[in-house]
Amino acid sequence: MYRWIQQFGSPKYFYDISLVVSKWIGVICLICFIAGLYGGLVIAPPDYQQGDSYRIIYIHVPASWMSLFVYMILAISGAITLIWRIKIADFVARSSAIIGASFTFLALATGAIWGKPMWGTYWVWDARLTSELILLFLYLGYIALQSSFEDRRVGARAGAILALIGVINIPIIHYSVEWWSTLHQGPTISKLDAPSIHYSMLIPLLLMAIAYKTFYIYTLLINIRSEIIESEYNATWVKKMIGD
Amino acid sequence: MFEYINIFCTLLKRDLVIAIRDKTDFINSLTFFVIIIFLFPLTYGTDSELIMKFTPGMIWISALLATCLSLEGVFRSDFEDGTIEQLTLSRYPLTLISSAKIMAHWIIYSAPLIVISLFMSLILSLPTNVIMVLFITLLLGTPILSLIGSIMVVLTVGLRGSMLLSLLILPLSMPILIFSILAINNAAINQSTSAEIYFLGGMLVLAITLAPIATAAALRVRMS
Repeated sequence: MYRWIQQFGSPKYFYDISLVVSKWIGVICLICFIAGLYGGLVIAPPDYQQGDSYRIIYIHVPASWMSLFVYMILAISGAITLIWRIKIADFVARSSAIIGASFTFLALATGAIWGKPMWGTYWVWDARLTSELILLFLYLGYIALQSSFEDRRVGARAGAILALIGVINIPIIHYSVEWWSTLHQGPTISKLDAPSIHYSMLIPLLLMAIAYKTFYIYTLLINIRSEIIESEYNATWVKKMIGD
Repeated sequence: MFEYINIFCTLLKRDLVIAIRDKTDFINSLTFFVIIIFLFPLTYGTDSELIMKFTPGMIWISALLATCLSLEGVFRSDFEDGTIEQLTLSRYPLTLISSAKIMAHWIIYSAPLIVISLFMSLILSLPTNVIMVLFITLLLGTPILSLIGSIMVVLTVGLRGSMLLSLLILPLSMPILIFSILAINNAAINQSTSAEIYFLGGMLVLAITLAPIATAAALRVRMS
């Protein structure tokens, strides 16, 4: 097992595998994205209360799912960096942070756009919104910390510690914010509590979720490949490849 | 065992002696704290009801900012002159060393801040039970700030100054702020505050358990 991880963690092996994988991942992403968007924006019926403006969930909900998922990946690869010092794990964390921050921002922005016609305001102090915002700050802190080190390896390990602290804190932040806003505002509107969603709306949502996940993997692999070339610049196989 | 207690006390005493000999940092931090508290009423007027409502919150925000700015004080000079490096090379566990540092920070900067904030809340004529709860939340909350902050300060010291440090600490300090303010608001309307205070206590125990380990790991990263 450990040997397999070692082999997987070697940059050249990873580079070759990722070239093949990302092609297929890209195809799956494209298919799911088009099918999901078509299903969500054209086929799915308008909501009986929200009309057509609910359709933003096909962008919004997968983005907010991904924002937490990517943070988990960030923390796990941070732990791997700290324990086994595998280079690839550092690349995964570094690239994930930026992608994850973008997903979080997308979730917040689409939420605000949806909130304007629905709640009459772009921003409410709802528990979910606030903890999503804090998540964005955690991502930005991670990026800021990691990019201020000259030495990449030290930066990776420092960032890993920060990501792990963030993971311990996320549940605390989430519940504290929930407690705070429910005590202050009474019940807030939370759209997932609505009666269960019809399958003609659900299937495009799931397709979009797959599209987001594959998009994440696709961009992650592109980022990792460029990171590999950047850090292994002096290795013979990189020189050979660029020379070709 | 006694050796460890001994070294802990020695380190703590060293930092305290340094702080007593060179009081500028410590006095600047307190002055900053007091100025911020008196600046807030300038922004929303002198309506005593408003002041009553916002004072505990702004005392907490000021304490948070003062802590963010004072954290570097305990670590920076030791980083620059190589003391930390020597300490990490010693045979004593790093968790012990970092615990001593964290405790020194709390005693030098936060403890006087709590005392001052008691006076400030008396001057601004808060009700007694609110002052009591404010005191308890500060007593439980500021050590958490020192503990979380020390990890971050070790990670960032010498990099980009206190801006980066604040960026890392502030999001993580939100639960402390929320529970303290909840407790204070409950006290203001004469309701039970025990749930929030217990939660703060729980977070303090969690931070005491984990933060020295994380600080030690951060020290190891920075010294490698």
